[in-house]
Amino acid sequence: MTQSPPAVRATGLVKTFGDFTAVDGIDLEVRRGEIFGVLGPNGAGKTTVLRMLATLLSIDEGHAEIFGVDVRREPHRIRQLLGVTGQYASVDENLTARENLWLFGRLQGVSGKEAHATAERLLGQFALDEAADKPISQFSGGMRRRLDLAASLISRPPLIFLDEPTTGLDPRTRGQMWDTIRGLVADGCTVLLTTQYLDEADQLADRIAVIDRGRKVAEGTPDELKASVGNSTLQLQLAEDADQAMAIEVVRRLLHEEPVLTPESGRMNVALDEADRAADVLIALRQAGVSITSVSVDKPTLDEVFLAITGHDTGQDADETDDPRSDELTLEVAR
Amino acid sequence: MSTITITTTRDPIGDPMDVVARAHARPSLQDTVSQTVTMAWRATKKMRRNPEQFFDVTLQPLLFTAMFTYIFGGAVSGSVANYMPIIIPGILAQTALTTCMAMGTQLREDMDKGVFDRFKSLPISRIAPLAGPALADVIRYAIAATLTILVGLAMGYRPGGGVGGTVAGWALTIVAAWSLAWIFTWLGTVARSAQAVQGISMLIMFPLSFMSNAFVQEDTMPGWLQTFVKVNPVSHVVTAVRDLLNHGQVTGEVGWALLGCVVVVAVFAPLSVRSYKRHL
Repeated sequence: MTQSPPAVRATGLVKTFGDFTAVDGIDLEVRRGEIFGVLGPNGAGKTTVLRMLATLLSIDEGHAEIFGVDVRREPHRIRQLLGVTGQYASVDENLTARENLWLFGRLQGVSGKEAHATAERLLGQFALDEAADKPISQFSGGMRRRLDLAASLISRPPLIFLDEPTTGLDPRTRGQMWDTIRGLVADGCTVLLTTQYLDEADQLADRIAVIDRGRKVAEGTPDELKASVGNSTLQLQLAEDADQAMAIEVVRRLLHEEPVLTPESGRMNVALDEADRAADVLIALRQAGVSITSVSVDKPTLDEVFLAITGHDTGQDADETDDPRSDELTLEVAR
Repeated sequence: MSTITITTTRDPIGDPMDVVARAHARPSLQDTVSQTVTMAWRATKKMRRNPEQFFDVTLQPLLFTAMFTYIFGGAVSGSVANYMPIIIPGILAQTALTTCMAMGTQLREDMDKGVFDRFKSLPISRIAPLAGPALADVIRYAIAATLTILVGLAMGYRPGGGVGGTVAGWALTIVAAWSLAWIFTWLGTVARSAQAVQGISMLIMFPLSFMSNAFVQEDTMPGWLQTFVKVNPVSHVVTAVRDLLNHGQVTGEVGWALLGCVVVVAVFAPLSVRSYKRHL
């Protein structure tokens, strides 16, 4: 096993839709047995990368292999190595949960009897046995996701793609999904997942690639990535705009770093290595006579990581409607 | 609130390279057949849960057979009784066309749903998601053809070909419907929306069924129209079904009709698979 190929190796992936370049030369290497997170805002090209690797979209340029098998040349073999769970539950609305699992088992060459047993086992494993014979239309979002993931595991593939596995789930269901994903890796699977949430990537991933506008802008372990923004953020609202210069000076003297000014007047964010430092900042501001109307300490958001890495924000709230990147989403839905 | 525990299997999967070594380069014929049958099972489940899919195949034969026979009978053949040997095979062919037309719209709607993403990501033959519904649709064609013949019998039609001829004509109608369905399957894979499929299908269905010898003999038509009527595959199907139903004879027309069916499938099945793949 000296020369065994990595789970995924992609170089220079490019995908264009018309004159919009969704993926603009991305390299990825996912090692066996790890959880690799692809982090980025909506429309960054995460889903497109995943779909190209899963043979659901053609690769315009570049090269990709999975466990050493060429994605472009041998799509049928690639499909036997992968389980794909999409952003939108890809299960059959006309069938029950049990029928769905049976259908996907049969399609993958599992005998009828065995397909029933596999369905039964997965329904139990994903706590769906009570709802097994109900139509999918009565399922909650979390149940659909679980069924979707269960369907991806029928053939026990060594590599699983999860496209935003927890988007739209409530916190409790989200935690369960995280446990399930960790369980997959414990069983020997390799997982490639996309997410918009830094904390999700932080919780799950061994390594993270940050994608922005079709390009990879950073790659590393969660710790390396967070080191660029601190472990938590102190958000301050000053009572007087005029105090801003003084406040910046105080933070600079105390922490030897620049606070990040937000577009709202009198607001600023201060990156902290540890949340405890917030008190020091507040005391120093008090002593300097800077008065404050609101204070909060939070974990750094994806926005802050982006600001730190790319120098611009994720642009998600700003101009979503006329942003050319939102075209990607429309295209995906249309397909 | 109940707590949900998702258990993991703790059943380690083997070395990925073993899976790589086991992976097939392409699906075998046996796999393709079994996958097609599984997809057909899915389509029949869908039919049972959406019974409106049976409206066209039950109501249309009842309505059209009675309507066309009583309206045109006297004018075309002098009497309703004389018209029936002409019109019943004609209605059979027309019913085949209109029932298989739904194939394209259904497929287009289906393909826009999330589940097709999974079908595409699975290691299955690319023709199975298309051929499965086509196979299940045979049930609908059989219902439509049976009802048309039953209504004819109830109205006094006595096929000269006897039981054998009638069953053969019935079977040919179903084969023709299944073959022509591939035209609409292809439309379903190329058109942008289900509405577009519906519109284009209508444009194909009307000329094909009315510019044929299904309702009147072609010798009453102008020369240029006769030329089209004679090459129209629907005309060959109609003539072949008439030969079987009325005379119980397997004529050359039956051969032409079957050949036409083979050509349609040979052209449109590969085209459908190609454009389905391109949707990836």
